[in-house]
Amino acid sequence: MIKFENVNYNHPDGTNALNDINLEIPENSITAIVGNNGAGKTTLVKHINGLLKPTTGTVRIKNEDTRKSSVAELSRNVGMVFQNANHQLFADTVKNEILFGLNNFRFNEEFIKERYDFVIELFKLKKYESISPLKLSGGEKKRVCLASVLAWNPEILILDEPTVGQDELQKTVLLEFINQLHINKKTVIVISHDIEFLWRLQPNIVTMSGGNIVEIGNSEKIFRNEELMNKVGIIPPQIIKIFEGIGIKDEMPLSLEDSCTVIKNLRNS
Amino acid sequence: MSVKDLIRFNDFSFKYNSRNDKVLENINLSINSNEITVLAGPTGCGKSTLLRAIVGLIPNMYEGEYTGEVIVDGIKIKDAEIKEIAKRVGFVFQNPENQIFMFSVERDIAFGLENLSLEQEIIKKRINEIMETLNITHLAKKAPHELSDGQKQRTALAGVLAMQPKILILDEPTSLLDPKTATEFMELMNKLCKEKGMSIIIVEHRLDLVLKYADKLIILSNGKIISNDTPENVFDYKKDVIPELSIPFSTKLYRELANNSMKFSKPVTGVEDMIKEVKK
Repeated sequence: MIKFENVNYNHPDGTNALNDINLEIPENSITAIVGNNGAGKTTLVKHINGLLKPTTGTVRIKNEDTRKSSVAELSRNVGMVFQNANHQLFADTVKNEILFGLNNFRFNEEFIKERYDFVIELFKLKKYESISPLKLSGGEKKRVCLASVLAWNPEILILDEPTVGQDELQKTVLLEFINQLHINKKTVIVISHDIEFLWRLQPNIVTMSGGNIVEIGNSEKIFRNEELMNKVGIIPPQIIKIFEGIGIKDEMPLSLEDSCTVIKNLRNS
Repeated sequence: MSVKDLIRFNDFSFKYNSRNDKVLENINLSINSNEITVLAGPTGCGKSTLLRAIVGLIPNMYEGEYTGEVIVDGIKIKDAEIKEIAKRVGFVFQNPENQIFMFSVERDIAFGLENLSLEQEIIKKRINEIMETLNITHLAKKAPHELSDGQKQRTALAGVLAMQPKILILDEPTSLLDPKTATEFMELMNKLCKEKGMSIIIVEHRLDLVLKYADKLIILSNGKIISNDTPENVFDYKKDVIPELSIPFSTKLYRELANNSMKFSKPVTGVEDMIKEVKK
C-alpha cells in the first residue's frame, strides 16, 4: 500500500531530516508513529500525500511513485489532518470549510449531503455551522479539520496529533471512529504523543528518532521496552508502569476492567 | 509562603460579541500564590477565556459583554493598563505562532527584555540562562519558520520566562511536546514555583502528565466552575467526575476499585501511589 525505499530527505537548507527510511505500511492497518520532537514524524507523513518528495529514494502509494503524481491526485486517496489546525482552516464558515473538499472532488450532490450530515453530527459541530472556524476554541478547530478531511472518505487517512485539545468523550469518539475506518478497510496513520490514547488503540508502532526509524512492533512490545522508550522520548502508558511496578511479568491487562480483575486476584491470593 | 486571593474573580461573566452564548457565567474564584493551579474541562468550556480575562486580553483585545471583576495581584484588570498587567503576568499562548515574530530565537527572547530598558549585559545573561534551561541554545540564530512546533513552543516560553513574571499562565503548554520533554517541562515549572515562588496556572487536558505537580485542580464545565480543590479531593471515589475529563489511568483504576469496596489510605492521583497501595 505505502512503501518507502531508501528514502532520504534534506531540507532546502541542506539539513538531513529523514535518513535511509525503509518502511511498508500494509493496506487496512492502523499504524502509529511516535518519537521525540524533531524526530521527523511529520516530514515522513508529508511524503505520503506528496507534500514533500524524497531527495533520494522512492515513496510508492499503491505502486505509484509519488514523484509522478501531483498533490491534488494524491489527496483524493490520502487525507491529512494537520497538527496545527490554523494551517488547515481557511473558509468563512464551518459549513464551507467541510464542503470545500467535497465540492472540489466533484462528488454528486446526494453523496455530498450524506457525508456532510454524517461528519457534522459525528463531531458535534451542528451549532457552529455558520460561524467562522477561526472563532472556535482550539479543540473545536481540530474537530472541524477532522470533519473536513473525513468527509471525502479517503482511503488513507493521516492524523497528526488528533487528540490535542480533545476531551475524554471526544477521544473516545475518535477512537471508535478510527476502529470503524479500520473495519471499512481504510488505512490509518496516526502521529501522537498521547500514549494513553495509543494504548487504547493498540496500533502497530513505528518509533523514530533523529530522522531514523528505530524500531517497529506491536504496542505491548514497544511500550514495554524501557531503553527504546527513553531513546525516542516516550513515557510508557500508566497501565504498564503500574503493573510492572507491582511485579506483573507476563501479558499486560488491556482495559480498566481487566486491570481491576488482575488486582483483585492479587489481593485474594 | 502561599497567599490567598492572588487572583480573584468576583461574579464575573463574559460573552464574546462574535458568539451567542455566555462563555463564562458568574465565576467566583480565588487562586493562591506560590502554587501550581491546573485548569481542566471539556473543549469550549471557557478555559482559554478565563486565562484571557486574567491577562487582560479580555476586555482589551476581545470585545464583548463584561460583568463583575477580575483582580490580579491587587489590580483591577478592567481598568488596568496593559503595561501594569504585563509586569506581573506572563502568558504563553496555546499556539506559539501567535507569539513568536522576530527573525531569530535570540532576538525574540530579547524583545520583551529590551522593552524593560535593562542593560545589554543583563539582557544577554538572561537570554543565555533561559536558552540553556529550555535546551534551545543551539537554536539561537534560527528563524521561527525553521523551528519544529515543539521548538516554537519552547521559544515562546523562553520569551515570557526571561521577563521573570510573578504569575505565569500557560495554555496547554505540553500539547506539542513529546512526553519526556513534557515531563522535563513540568519539572521546570515545579522548580520555578517551589524555588522561585512563581505562581503558575496551567490549562491542560493531559492530566496524566501534570497532576503530580498540581497543588490545586479547577474544573470548568459549560462556563461554570464545578470543582476547585486539591487533586486528591477532586478525585475522591465518593465524588462524581464529569465524563469529559481525561482522568489519569491510575486514578480511574483507584476509583473503580474503591467503588468495589477495596480499601485505600487516600485517593490515588499517580502511578507511584497506586503501586504502593496495591503492594500493601
